Amino acid sequence: MENILFALFGGVLIGLASSLLLLINGRTFGISGICASAIFERGPDKGWRMSAILGLIVGGLLMIVLRPDFFPVYHKEISLTLTAAGLLVGFGTQLGSGCTSGHGVCGISKFSARSIIATASFMASGILTVYILKLIKG
Amino acid sequence: MKPNNLFSFAAGVLFAIGLAISGMTDPGKVIGFLDVTGNWQPALMFVMIGAIGTHATLYRVIIKKPKPIIAGDIFATPKSTSLDKPLILGSLMFGVGWGLGGLCPGPAIASLTTGFIPILWFLMCMIVGMGAHRLVSKKS
Repeated sequence: MENILFALFGGVLIGLASSLLLLINGRTFGISGICASAIFERGPDKGWRMSAILGLIVGGLLMIVLRPDFFPVYHKEISLTLTAAGLLVGFGTQLGSGCTSGHGVCGISKFSARSIIATASFMASGILTVYILKLIKG
Repeated sequence: MKPNNLFSFAAGVLFAIGLAISGMTDPGKVIGFLDVTGNWQPALMFVMIGAIGTHATLYRVIIKKPKPIIAGDIFATPKSTSLDKPLILGSLMFGVGWGLGGLCPGPAIASLTTGFIPILWFLMCMIVGMGAHRLVSKKS
């Protein structure tokens, strides 16, 4: 139960953060897009994007200090699986124009059919991937 | 500091706090949600409910304003409506990566200062993947 309450509350904060960004500069809090654009693009938008990413890092740092138990070690070492995960997340989010924050939270909140389809797609392939990985690992 | 940058930073901090409290910085919880045939962990579902419930409500109020309150003349949210191959293929790819690692951009970036080598490695691979797409789409 506590798990679920924390999940809901954390979700509300995520929703609030997304709304805050929209309110202040009219942008979507789609982290894959913000991250990629911050790194690979030049121009006037680099500032707010870098700031948002820095905020994620600093907010994370704050929580790591206060509640390190929220950041358990899951991946104990570098592996082929982890490498593939990173490459696919990086490439896929760009090709698909978003991720869990952009499509899953912001897009669905606008009732965007594109985002609903995108979210359903990555949920489905995520579920299938976990299932297959379980079968392979035995 | 420019107000836009300051408030964007604040939004990032708030977002990361939400990610941590919600449990989404634990790849185990994410994979547990995707593990529907196993020991299913519903946390992620409730994170989405909390996030979408909040943002969907505030979104409708915010976009009624003439413009954003700090910067920008319009609400520059994505306007595309096409359900095309890149959207679906990209999302499927992202989902595979998400299922393999239990990580997506937000939680990974928020976890940067743990100093965990696997997280740093994931982030590096993610950025390489992002760059690779940019390279590939420039060519075409």
